[in-house]
Amino acid sequence: MKTDALKQALDKHGFDAAFGGARRDEEKSRAKERIFSFRAAKHVWDPKRQRPELWRLYNARKNKGETMRVFPLSNWTELDIWQYIYLEDIPIVPLYLAAERPVVERNGMLIMVDDERMRLGAGEKPMCRKVRFRTLGCYPLSGAVESDADTLPAIIQEMLLATTSERQGRAIDHESSGSMERKKREGYF
Amino acid sequence: MADASELIQRDIESYLDAQQRKGLLRFITCGSVDDGKSTLIGRLLFESKMIFEDQLAALEADSKKMGTQGQNIDFALLVDGLSAEREQGITIDVAYRFFATDKRKFIVADTPGHEQYTRNMITGASTADLAVILVDARKGVLTQTRRHSYLASLIGIREIVLAVNKMDLVGYDQAVFERILADYREFAARIGVANITAIPLSALIGDNITEPGAAMRWYQGPTLIQHLEAVEIAEQAAAAPFRMPVQWINRPHLDFRGISGLISAGRIRQGERVKILPSGKESTVARILIEEDLTEAVAGQSVTITLADEIDVSRGDLICAPDAPAGIADQFEATLVWMNEAAMLPGRPYLLKIGAQTVIATVSAIKYKISVNTLEHLAARSLELNEIALCNLSLNQQIAFDAYAANRDTGGFILIDRITNETVGCGLIHFALRRAQNIHWQAVDIDKGSRAAQKSQKSCVLWFTGLSGAGKSTIANLVEKKLFAMGRHTYILDGDNVRHGLNRDLGFTDVDRVENIRRVGEVAKLMADAGLIVLVSFISPFRAERRMARALMEEGEFFEVYVDAPLTVVETRDPKGLYKKARLGEIKNFTGIDSPYEPPETPDIHIDTTRLSAEQAADSIVQRLEDLGILWGRIV
Repeated sequence: MKTDALKQALDKHGFDAAFGGARRDEEKSRAKERIFSFRAAKHVWDPKRQRPELWRLYNARKNKGETMRVFPLSNWTELDIWQYIYLEDIPIVPLYLAAERPVVERNGMLIMVDDERMRLGAGEKPMCRKVRFRTLGCYPLSGAVESDADTLPAIIQEMLLATTSERQGRAIDHESSGSMERKKREGYF
Repeated sequence: MADASELIQRDIESYLDAQQRKGLLRFITCGSVDDGKSTLIGRLLFESKMIFEDQLAALEADSKKMGTQGQNIDFALLVDGLSAEREQGITIDVAYRFFATDKRKFIVADTPGHEQYTRNMITGASTADLAVILVDARKGVLTQTRRHSYLASLIGIREIVLAVNKMDLVGYDQAVFERILADYREFAARIGVANITAIPLSALIGDNITEPGAAMRWYQGPTLIQHLEAVEIAEQAAAAPFRMPVQWINRPHLDFRGISGLISAGRIRQGERVKILPSGKESTVARILIEEDLTEAVAGQSVTITLADEIDVSRGDLICAPDAPAGIADQFEATLVWMNEAAMLPGRPYLLKIGAQTVIATVSAIKYKISVNTLEHLAARSLELNEIALCNLSLNQQIAFDAYAANRDTGGFILIDRITNETVGCGLIHFALRRAQNIHWQAVDIDKGSRAAQKSQKSCVLWFTGLSGAGKSTIANLVEKKLFAMGRHTYILDGDNVRHGLNRDLGFTDVDRVENIRRVGEVAKLMADAGLIVLVSFISPFRAERRMARALMEEGEFFEVYVDAPLTVVETRDPKGLYKKARLGEIKNFTGIDSPYEPPETPDIHIDTTRLSAEQAADSIVQRLEDLGILWGRIV
């Protein structure tokens, strides 16, 4: 859904390039992503035909109808991001900080009940838990984690001591092992 | 990691402060299919606690599904990220992995050992400071080991770790390790590898990765992690002469004009003199800015600087230290690595990107190819995918440069195909060719305009392209007759005729076709300079070369005339009986049969020979020339 909306917006405005915050340390197929990632017509990503990327030289040239996805933070890690936010005092979305929130447990994930758009399944009853999000993605496909981390240093502390990866809360990654690659081929960020 | 966890729990702020000062080491791992490279990387990630529980669970599930390691975890599956790689059990593309220890952060470029090895390894190694070269203890130094070492030294990696893996399979025998090391040193001396550190290890079991191997007490050196943490990477960049390629002229309003870029080498202080290349103008640094003003900036920082004087600076220029400036030239000797399925043809124009500058370049000569396996020098007329050669390059304008050995950023370039825009190759500049510095253009007093005006015309080149038998020569001949009758000064360069003289030494391979067009383009240019209307009648099957010919002429001087006739039509006409011979296999590389014809996408004049007779076609071309003002009024 997110992918189609993105493609429609890129087509409508005819953008040459779209910047994204994807990092190589997030997921296996992203580990092979370029910083200037070429997309053929219709936003198709062909991992086998990626342009070699050497030194600090980026090839941003393209023909009409083709586009670029640009990932300047490719080589940052999850820790680098949080450290930068901490050092530069960058405001963050409150959902990253732990608070009492209504959630339901679904397929082993804690899904937040924000408003009436969230349809409850049979037998699902919202309960109040102290949760936060390690990653914010599609709604309602991103799961929350139970946490007491309600300050930035506490988030970083929690992340450093974590035993699961940040994308663990993303249903999109779990459909099967190659599912991110398939999504990316179709135009997902 | 235990100490770190304690610190994180006790005092997260001082932990973050320590993190901030951690250095970064970028390295590459090379080895062939069965050397255990992926196992090694998986092991490094695992031991540095970079594999999380959910990733480990996915890995265990995948390992069982693939079954390559029985019931054990197959670490290779962690690294091979693409479906095709997992299905075929091979690594196709460079993958970047991240891990950190208490002392350093690491980025590992993992490159495949076989298919596309040169392209991928050069790509991964271009940003690396160190290479880990894996050798299977049972097999010793192999052809691949030499190949990987040569490529690593070519791209400028000075630190090599010879990781002798699978020591558990040779009974942890010291003699085996020593013999491999001696073999390797002998080879490494030949290619000039600077620093070699050899470590015996078992990636599968974990010996000498983080902890010393209990069974190898004879080995006194560091474990792999200890070495990676401690190895000194010469901080050359900050000590080298100042270089900043100009990325952008930052001009938010009339009162501010800043020059933005990433400092690639050296340092710069307020008040220091700088030299702008290629113009050679000098000025003084007034301000150095990031968010606030700095008094000094060093290599690795992206800054905006302002100059004391109003001098001309634009994107692509190079700002240098005036006492040690970069060189300027338009011809170079360089090592070229070809990375595309379509071969490199000398004479074909490519875009060359170096720093923030993009120019047009052609390879003027291939001196020799270098076999990556034997290091032998071989003669070559073109370069195929993954081949490496020493070449001379010729550019359409001067650029500022350093030798690659002195600065990777100002000495390394990529080549881009002008039609597909793919990155097709990369190169390392060695030095400027002296002939570029010593031959100057001789200015003459009578110029092209005056020569053409004397003939009451404008110079131009009509470039007839199309399949053999389409009618190019017939129509060109009629056009010339009509122009001649009008008192114009013309000349026809005909493909067949030129091959009897000037181009007698050329055949019909792709390489020769490119050279054929290059020479004819140059001759047409001289004739246009003489003030003539030049009619060129050549099949000229490739877009790239027609574009090259156009680029030789002045704007508005070149007219591509597409003499359009379908293959079925010309094959029926077959005036010289050539199509018949080509179909019988008696002529090789015949355009339209076994050699491609790339039709013009936007010809200046399009002649549809299925609708127009040769007479009508010639008339319409003459009319176009009149309309365009090439013929200044009638002379009777």
